[in-house]
Amino acid sequence: MPGLLDGAVLTVEITLLGAVLAVFMALIAALAKLYGPLPIRWLSTTYIEIFRGTSALVQLFWLYFVLPQFGIFLDAFVVAVLALGLNIGAYGAEVVRGAIVSVARGQWEASIALNMSQAQMLRRIILPQAFTAMIPPWGNLFIELVKSTSLVSLITLADLTFKAQQMNQTTLKTVPVFTLVLLIYLAISLTVTIGMRLLEQRASRGLTRGRVA
Amino acid sequence: MWDWTFTFEILPVLARAAIMTVEATALGFVIAATLGLVLASIRLAFPAAGVVVTVLVELIRSTPLLIQIFFLYFVLPKAGFVLDAFTAGVAAIGIHYAAYCSEVYRAGFENVPRGQWEASIALNLSPWNTFKDIILPQALPPVVPALGNYLIALFKETPLLSAIAVLELMQTAKNIGSETFRYTEPVTLVGVFFLVMSLVSAGMVRMLESWLQRR
Repeated sequence: MPGLLDGAVLTVEITLLGAVLAVFMALIAALAKLYGPLPIRWLSTTYIEIFRGTSALVQLFWLYFVLPQFGIFLDAFVVAVLALGLNIGAYGAEVVRGAIVSVARGQWEASIALNMSQAQMLRRIILPQAFTAMIPPWGNLFIELVKSTSLVSLITLADLTFKAQQMNQTTLKTVPVFTLVLLIYLAISLTVTIGMRLLEQRASRGLTRGRVA
Repeated sequence: MWDWTFTFEILPVLARAAIMTVEATALGFVIAATLGLVLASIRLAFPAAGVVVTVLVELIRSTPLLIQIFFLYFVLPKAGFVLDAFTAGVAAIGIHYAAYCSEVYRAGFENVPRGQWEASIALNLSPWNTFKDIILPQALPPVVPALGNYLIALFKETPLLSAIAVLELMQTAKNIGSETFRYTEPVTLVGVFFLVMSLVSAGMVRMLESWLQRR
């Protein structure tokens, strides 16, 4: 049990750091795809398609095994956060883009009528409204992220899944070990779900959208 | 950096492994599509049992597939079912995606207007005939694209089978890497294979979608 909790701590760490990177990448990629000059737009589309079109595990292995051949030596933990963050970020980019596009036309027109610059319009009018629309799909993506962290056990990181296999081999109590691990993952996922729901309620306060709290 | 001779040397080996990956995808999706429909139908027919299905679906969807693969692979033999790695892995992937597919089917059922059910009662059709001849044919076509997207997602999960040493693409690439100490070519090729297959299948799903809309 204490061993499993150590693993769970690493799982949560990777989830949190990966989530920060994913949100950051998603925002950059979405804005680049919407407003960037053509080469930047291309770059962003390429990033999104590559990371959505290949398997998360393949990405993880690629960064872990292939980067050293180019003389880039990264710690396994850094590789894990990078791979998962970039992977979820690519899915998130489409979420962000969809949310921005879904902001009502009148809002855009009003911002232009008020003589706002593009940056002002995004920062003050569009993004705050898009933010609320993004929360539920981001909740789903964060659950995906929690689930993907189990892959890092395959690049020698001692996360919850790794510890589970270790305990399974040492104690041979297969059923209790794996049942316990499933429950711990469930607890982490439920925490994310509840957290996102609270965030959604806070964000949609005073707006005529979202769940009625 | 990138050795083309080596690349052509390992291509046939990887191509054989790709067949295994495609097989796992096809079998897994058959399980996911049928079991998902069964779960959604149970929910529809017996609202009391629906709670159990809901809890099961949520449990499967919020825990990692990798753990579920290990669970089936290590736990079932203790219960007397000895499965080889391929069967256990494909079953785990199939069950995992059945949970997702059941939600898709549920959305399909909810989209059939109530009047269809009422008309079937008025025509004195049995519940089974109503479901089979009236509801299913209307519920399924609209959700086919969503199922197609899960097929692509399922396909991208098959590398997880390498964790229980199934000789699919990823495992083969890792084996080549550990034998030759060259990971760049095999792992990149695997990535390219998945990217091409995903883009092609995404395009096919889009075509299917427009074809269904034209009907």
